[in-house]
Amino acid sequence: MSETMQFLLSGITVGAVYALVALGFTIIYNASDVVNFAQGEFVMLGGMITVFTHQAGLPLPLAALIAIVLTAAIGVGFNKLAIETARGAPVVSVIIITIGASIFIQGVAQIVFDKQLHRFPAISGDDPIKLLGATILPQSLWVIAGALVIFTGLWLFFTKTLLGRAVLATSNNRVAAQLVGININFVMTLSFALSAGIGALAGVLVTPITLVSYQVGIALALKGFASAMLGGMGNPKGALVGGAMLGLMESLTAGFISSQYKDAVAFVVILAVLFAMPQGLYGRKSMDRV
Amino acid sequence: MTLSSKQATLLVLVALMALSPLFFPSGYYYRIGSLIFVNGLAVTGIVILTGYAGQISLGHAGFAGIGAYACALMPPKFGVHPAMAMVLGAAMSGSVAYVVGRPILRLKGYYLAVASLGFGILVSMVLSNETALTGGPDGMKVPELGLRAVLNEWGLTLTNPQFWYALSGLFLLVGAWLALNLYDSPSGRALRALHGSEVAASTVGIDVAAAKLNAFVISAIYASLAGSLLALQNRMVTPDVAGYMHSIEMVTMAVLGGSGSVLGAIFGAGILTLLPQVLTVFQQYEQVMLGLIMMLVMIFLRDGLLPSLVSLMRGRGE
Repeated sequence: MSETMQFLLSGITVGAVYALVALGFTIIYNASDVVNFAQGEFVMLGGMITVFTHQAGLPLPLAALIAIVLTAAIGVGFNKLAIETARGAPVVSVIIITIGASIFIQGVAQIVFDKQLHRFPAISGDDPIKLLGATILPQSLWVIAGALVIFTGLWLFFTKTLLGRAVLATSNNRVAAQLVGININFVMTLSFALSAGIGALAGVLVTPITLVSYQVGIALALKGFASAMLGGMGNPKGALVGGAMLGLMESLTAGFISSQYKDAVAFVVILAVLFAMPQGLYGRKSMDRV
Repeated sequence: MTLSSKQATLLVLVALMALSPLFFPSGYYYRIGSLIFVNGLAVTGIVILTGYAGQISLGHAGFAGIGAYACALMPPKFGVHPAMAMVLGAAMSGSVAYVVGRPILRLKGYYLAVASLGFGILVSMVLSNETALTGGPDGMKVPELGLRAVLNEWGLTLTNPQFWYALSGLFLLVGAWLALNLYDSPSGRALRALHGSEVAASTVGIDVAAAKLNAFVISAIYASLAGSLLALQNRMVTPDVAGYMHSIEMVTMAVLGGSGSVLGAIFGAGILTLLPQVLTVFQQYEQVMLGLIMMLVMIFLRDGLLPSLVSLMRGRGE
């Protein structure tokens, strides 16, 4: 019983990270219909930049802030230099561009930083807290809280502010949004900045638990995408729920079936969702089926 | 007499294959040549999937892995001849592609990208983890094909690199010939039609999902054969053959040379196989280079290097 509880707690923790990656996917997907395969690299950058600025002597909160701002700037630069210049290109070309960006960022991280695994101290120390017969790291609570705060913040932003509604309008109909005077370019910039920043925050929060190296991004992108699909592409609530579910499934698989094959869960989930309910849990009913 | 572009492509390939050895400074270049042909074979499969049908796979190395490990595992375990193992591996890759592709290809482009990415990771995970069967990350030995000894008995003596140069060249020629034939066949036209517009294609009666599935299965078989050839040639295999970076290399080769043209893609395979051999810098910065090439080509030269060059020259000539 306490064993299962332990698996559930660690599942929710990783699930919160997947949810943050999936939220990042969702923001860019909604604003531009682009599926950004470089999303996982933002998480990696968040972790790596914090590690190295912290090692250079900066206090941890400042290092984390620099990492988030820098990653957001990289996201904006990626949008300006690559995505906007290729606007109107076929889906396949855009996918290749974002994959290229992901490989490129990994390659640069390998050179600028190194190929080792890194971590930095947890925010509230490493003493596990007892909870319902199991234990949980204080950092896990930070990760879960982070996911919930970001989700709530995004929800308020998209429903209560004019700017957020402008982003929603753009995702519904680009041309119509432009006609009523919404600055599409700014909306795109904002979306990439938000998405990259959220990714970096996830990296900062999770590094003390799972460690970070230059190559963690692609697996995170795959799992974030699986979460987004499970919840329903483009739906923030779906991203949150999908992430949590995928995290739980992974950790239960690792606990009861095989820890070596827990990474296979994401792939199985993708196939199962595609097969049984391509619109996901909360997705729009209209799908581009052929 | 005017040549069709199909004949021209094959003629160029044959001429390059036959004449290049005259300029080889050492026997080592046969090895590089055969690597180019093997990569060219895999990339020709990508042309069918990406260039013709407009779909993208990020897990084709998974099929190369199946092909390679079929040649490594089946001969010692079941007493199958390596050549037969190659065929069985290709059949297996085709079947797996069919099962995996069926649910995915009913949907939009990026679903295949994601699912194939997951598939590739899954295959390399199995190959690295099932140590008892596959030797894990250290890889395992692959038996000798035995064809060279037969040729020797018939009086045709080739060094090992020469033999592999010839054999992979032959495979590439047949592969390119089939791909070019497909281009103008009804199935090929169907693929190109759905690449243009899936809606339009389905209005004229093309079963879009089935056509895409065909392309996926065919390209998986190409990748599998390339993987088998590589394994038999190297006489050993590691899980890297199924790794994510290998999938990315295949896509980059196709994209760089021109995924819409068989000759272009083989040209791309040639460049990306040669570059690490001549530039050690390239090896060091492989990821940065691959990523940069993918982005730059897709933004500035969407048709790829060779088709863009050709149209540039045609434009000047007129």
